Amino acid sequence: MKHTTLAASAALALVWTAQANAQANELTLCWAAWDPANALVELSKDFEAQSGIKMNFEFVPWPNFADRMLNELNSGGQLCDLLIGDSQWLGGSAENGHYLKLNDFFAAEGISMDDFLPAAVYAYSTWPKGTPNYWALPAMGDANGWFYRKDWFTNPDIMAAYKEATGQDLREPQSQKELLQIAQFFQGREIDGKTVYGASIFTERGSEGITMGATGALYAWGFKYENTPGSYDMEGAVNSPAAVEALEFYKTLYDTATPPGYDNAYMEQSLDAFKSGQVAMAMNWFAFFPGLYADPTTGGDKIDFFVNPPQNVAASTLGGQGISVVSYSDNVEGALQYIKWFANPDVQKKWWASGGYAVHNAVVNDPAFPESTPFAGDFLQAMSGVQDFWQEPAYASLLLAMQERLHNYVVADQGTAQEALDGLIADWTEVFEDEGKL
Amino acid sequence: MTNPIDIAAKATPAPVARRLRGLSDRSIAWIFVAPTILLLLAVNIFPLIWTVRLSFTNYAANRPGREVEWVGLRNYIRILTDDGTWANMQTTAHFLIWTIILQVVIGFTLAWLINRKFKGNDLLTTLIVIPMMLSPAVVGNFWTFLYQPQIGLINYVVELVSGVPASSFSMLGPGGLAPWSIIIVDTWMWTPFVMLICLAGLRSIPDYIYEAAEVDRASKWRQFWTITVPMVLPFLMLAVLFRGIENFKMFDMVVLLTGGGPGNETLLASIDLKREAFEKWRTGYSSAYAIILFVTVFGLASIYVKALNKVKER
Repeated sequence: MKHTTLAASAALALVWTAQANAQANELTLCWAAWDPANALVELSKDFEAQSGIKMNFEFVPWPNFADRMLNELNSGGQLCDLLIGDSQWLGGSAENGHYLKLNDFFAAEGISMDDFLPAAVYAYSTWPKGTPNYWALPAMGDANGWFYRKDWFTNPDIMAAYKEATGQDLREPQSQKELLQIAQFFQGREIDGKTVYGASIFTERGSEGITMGATGALYAWGFKYENTPGSYDMEGAVNSPAAVEALEFYKTLYDTATPPGYDNAYMEQSLDAFKSGQVAMAMNWFAFFPGLYADPTTGGDKIDFFVNPPQNVAASTLGGQGISVVSYSDNVEGALQYIKWFANPDVQKKWWASGGYAVHNAVVNDPAFPESTPFAGDFLQAMSGVQDFWQEPAYASLLLAMQERLHNYVVADQGTAQEALDGLIADWTEVFEDEGKL
Repeated sequence: MTNPIDIAAKATPAPVARRLRGLSDRSIAWIFVAPTILLLLAVNIFPLIWTVRLSFTNYAANRPGREVEWVGLRNYIRILTDDGTWANMQTTAHFLIWTIILQVVIGFTLAWLINRKFKGNDLLTTLIVIPMMLSPAVVGNFWTFLYQPQIGLINYVVELVSGVPASSFSMLGPGGLAPWSIIIVDTWMWTPFVMLICLAGLRSIPDYIYEAAEVDRASKWRQFWTITVPMVLPFLMLAVLFRGIENFKMFDMVVLLTGGGPGNETLLASIDLKREAFEKWRTGYSSAYAIILFVTVFGLASIYVKALNKVKER
C-alpha cells in the first residue's frame, strides 16, 4: 500500500513538473477569429522555429470577442500570454494593470515607436492618449472602408441608366452624399435577372456595429467628441448641427438603400450581402479586403475598393489592434520575445504579404506599397485620417449607450437625430460623473 | 434479526459510535443536515447578502483599483426612476403574459386532443415534443433564417397567402413585429411542455367520474367545465409557474433572434441586466437591479403559490 502511494505521488510530481516545463515553452495568443488571425498562425511558425516556443492560439468570433476577452482580463485569467486587443480597451487595461507597460522593454531592445505609422502608435499603443506610455506594439492597422461591384459600375447599360437618372457619371463616390445617390440608384434594380440593393452598412445592436458604421458618416461631417480634447465638454460637439445632419444621413442610407432585413448587420452580414451579389456597395474593415479580392465569385476584376468618402472632412473610423503582453501571464519572457520578433521589419513585411495590415514604416513607406494590392493605397489614405471612439476605462458603458441611442433612432425609428445625440450626451455625462471626471 | 438499524449500528466504527453516544436525536439530525445547510449558505445565501451590500455601492468588478464608495439608495433610485427600466419591464411583461396565454391555450388544447385514443397517438406526441428538446441556441439561429425577409419561409408564406411582398417587411426588424416574433418562437418551443403537464393532469382523472356524469346525463360541455377543467387546473397552474419563472429570465433565444433590438423593442429585463453587469461592468448598479428583479419574482411567485395551494385544497 505504502509503495503504491509513493509511486502515485512520484507520478503526480512528474506530471506536474512536465506540465510546468511545457507551459514555460508555450505561448497562447488571443485574438478575434477572422482572416488575419489565420495569416498570423502561418507567420508564427517562423517564430516557433526560431525560438523553440510552441504557439497556441485562442480565436474568438467578433460578436463575442470583447465580452470573452474582457472577462478574461477582469478575472485575472491566465489563458492569454499575448492579446491582440481592441484599441478602446487600452485605457481600462492600462489603468487596471491587465497589460504590461512596454517602455523599458522597447528601450532595452531598441524598438522605436517612430518606426510605425504615427496614427497607429497613437491609437493602438499609448495611454493616456498621445503620451509616450506604450502598452502595445501596433499589430494590425485597420479602418472602415468600402468596396463595390466594379463590373456593375463599368457596365455601359447601368452607366447610361445612372446618367439618365442623375445627370452624373457613375464612379467611385467622392462624397457621402454621392454614395447615397449611387446606393439609391441601385436599390431594387434588376441586374442579371435578380433584384439588387444599394449598400450593406453596419446596423448591429449588440456589440459595436452601428456605432462603427454611423461614425463613418459622423466623422466625415466633422463630428467631435469634445469641444476641447480632454475636457469632456460634449455639448455642442456631439450634438452639433453637422453631427445631426450626419446621423440623419445615415438613417436615410439605411431606410432607402439597404437590403431588406439588414437591421442587425455587422461584418459577417456585410460580407454575405456582397458575396451573394445582393448589393452594389458595402462597408467593412480593410482586414477583409484581401479575402474579398480573392473571392472567386465577386472578387478579382469584379470588385474595387474606396476609402470612406469625405463630406466636410476626410475621415475614417479606426479599427485595428495592438499586441500586448498580459500581465497575468506565467511566461512574460516568452511573450516579450514574441513581440521583439514581431517588431522586426522583415517579419512585418512578411506579415503584410500574408494578409496582415502591417503599419511599420519599412512596409508602408516602401514606394511599391500603394500598388502592392488594389486596396493598399486606400488603406494608407484611410490611416492618415482615422478617428477612434473613446478609449476611456469606461469605454464599454460609453459604447453601449451610443449603440442604444443610434439603433433606437436609425433602425427602430424612435425620435429624431437631435434627440438621439442629446440623449447620448446625457448618458455619457452620467458615465463621466460616475468616473469622477465631471 | 437483520434489522437495518442494527446493521447500521454494527457498521458504525467504534470511535464514531463512542463520540455519538449521548447525543440527542435532534443533535444527530443537525449533524447530518449541517453540511447541506453550510453549502446552501455558501452558494445561495452569502452571494445574496453580498449582492445586497454591493447594491449600495458604486463597485465595478473590472476596476479593482478604484475606491468603492457607499452610495446609499442612489442605484435603486436611478433604476426605479429610469424610463428605460420601466420600458424593459413592460417588454418583459408583454413577453411573459402573451407566451403564457398562448402556451396554456394551445398546450391544453393539444393535450385534450392527444388524450383521445386514436391510432398514431404516441408517435404524434413524440413529434410534438421535439421542439422543447432542442437547444435554445439552435432554435434562435434556426428561426433567424425562417424570419429572414428575402429567403425566409415565413415571409414567403405570407406573400403567398396575402400577396404582401416578402421583402417589404421584416419579422425581426422595425415595424413592431419583433416582440411578437419572439413570442411565436417561445410558444413553438415550449407549448409541448405545457401540453405534457396538462396531459398528465387529464390522464389522472379517473374514468368513473365521467361515467357517473354520463349516468347523470351531464352534457359534454358540462363535463368539461365541472370535471376536466377543475381537475386539470392545479397541473395547469404548475405549468404556468414553471413557464413564468423561465420566461422572466429568458435570455439566450432572444439574444440570438434580435439582440434586444430593433432599438429596445425586445430588450427584456434579463438582457438589460446582463449588459449592465458584464458589458458595462456597473456591478453596484446591476446588483441593485438584480435585487429589484429578485423581489419582483419572489413576491409574484409567493402570491401565486398561495393561490395554487388554495386550488389544490378545493
